[in-house]
Amino acid sequence: MNGVHDMGGMHGFGPVVHEPNEPVFHATWEGRVRGMVQLMAAWRTVTIDAGRHSIERLPPVDYLRYNYFEKWFDALIGRMLAAGQIAPEELASGRKADPSPLRTPPLIGADGVKMLTTVHSYERKIQAQPQFAAGDAVRAKNIHPEGHTRLPRYARGRCGIVQRYHGAHVFPDTNAHGKGEAPQPLYTVAFAARELWGDTANAADTVHIDLWEDYLEPA
Amino acid sequence: MSSDHDHHHDHGHEHGQDVPSPTALRVKALESLLIEKGLIDAAALDAIVDAYETKIGPRNGARVVARAWTDAAYKARLLTDATAAIEEIGFVGSDRPHMIVVENTPTTHNLVVCTLCSCYPWLVLGLPPVWYKSSAYRSRAVIDPRGVLNDFGLTLDEGVAVQVWDSTAELRYLVLPERPAGTEGWGEEALADLVSRDSMVGVAKVAAPAGAAP
Repeated sequence: MNGVHDMGGMHGFGPVVHEPNEPVFHATWEGRVRGMVQLMAAWRTVTIDAGRHSIERLPPVDYLRYNYFEKWFDALIGRMLAAGQIAPEELASGRKADPSPLRTPPLIGADGVKMLTTVHSYERKIQAQPQFAAGDAVRAKNIHPEGHTRLPRYARGRCGIVQRYHGAHVFPDTNAHGKGEAPQPLYTVAFAARELWGDTANAADTVHIDLWEDYLEPA
Repeated sequence: MSSDHDHHHDHGHEHGQDVPSPTALRVKALESLLIEKGLIDAAALDAIVDAYETKIGPRNGARVVARAWTDAAYKARLLTDATAAIEEIGFVGSDRPHMIVVENTPTTHNLVVCTLCSCYPWLVLGLPPVWYKSSAYRSRAVIDPRGVLNDFGLTLDEGVAVQVWDSTAELRYLVLPERPAGTEGWGEEALADLVSRDSMVGVAKVAAPAGAAP
């Protein structure tokens, strides 16, 4: 979707502000949100791509004004309501209203930490051969899907060179919408900064983007 | 520097902590509800927060960098199969993230961003800092990387090529910074102490040590 989350190349957000000796969490609730998201993911009711898409679909004004963990918190509530894990009246009252018996969390105690160090790979084996190889000239398609995609707007229609093939990876555009993993070849494509931004960019600079085969066509 | 040492903030000084913010209250309410419903375990939640605050951080990445600086064979493995090379150090689970390490040289400087969300190699760097997740960084890192580096006090020569890596897939990027002068003969531990998180994202260089080699 052409959402406000797709920020590459936008102007007007000001300088990058660096906070010396920044704490991991700026308030206690931020850590609790981070942990709740992690633990609720163990129920496997949403994929990583659907989770990202739920954040992208926050109202644009909220997306811009919320801090990172507020976005996660709002999107988590939306996902749990959609999955039927909590009911609106429970959210309002803060008390369990669901007559079904208590569930057993999939992660207890130290299991939660074990999960942190077990990051899942999104690479899959497929039969099909990759269409492109390192060194090939490609163009990012000029497409504007209304759903989830990982093809940034600033690259669409631009030409680059395939730098590296990474095997087949789960395709976010389908996986985010319950349409399956549909793994396909993933490449790193190098774009000259001038191809993306015009002649004012430094001639030596490049932007490298990881792009799935469906995003690309021969150039 | 030393004259400023007694000027520091009290760690109890946190704005708005006397009265919990509406967000803090909503988060607390949701946490209680999820525990009451058996959807999450309170001890697991405590353990995760503690792990992020005390165990998972940029020290992991710094160890990778320090080994690459001292062991040429390791560095070669790191640059061709970072996932396996990082696993050798021993803090990755059996099912691992797909890592890519990109090397800074006198003529190439690498910078990592995620323009679409905030993907970050947290297993080797911990949770991302606020600036990495900010709209300012995500929007400008690709169109004006040299301007972003200036915001961090780093000015590159015109002749140095900037390679920006936009993390759009489940690949995570770590920058291998240049080893600073004055560290000849240093061991891995001492070198790892020099390596900052920012240098492994690409917004800083590793500063040369001020004192003599240990």
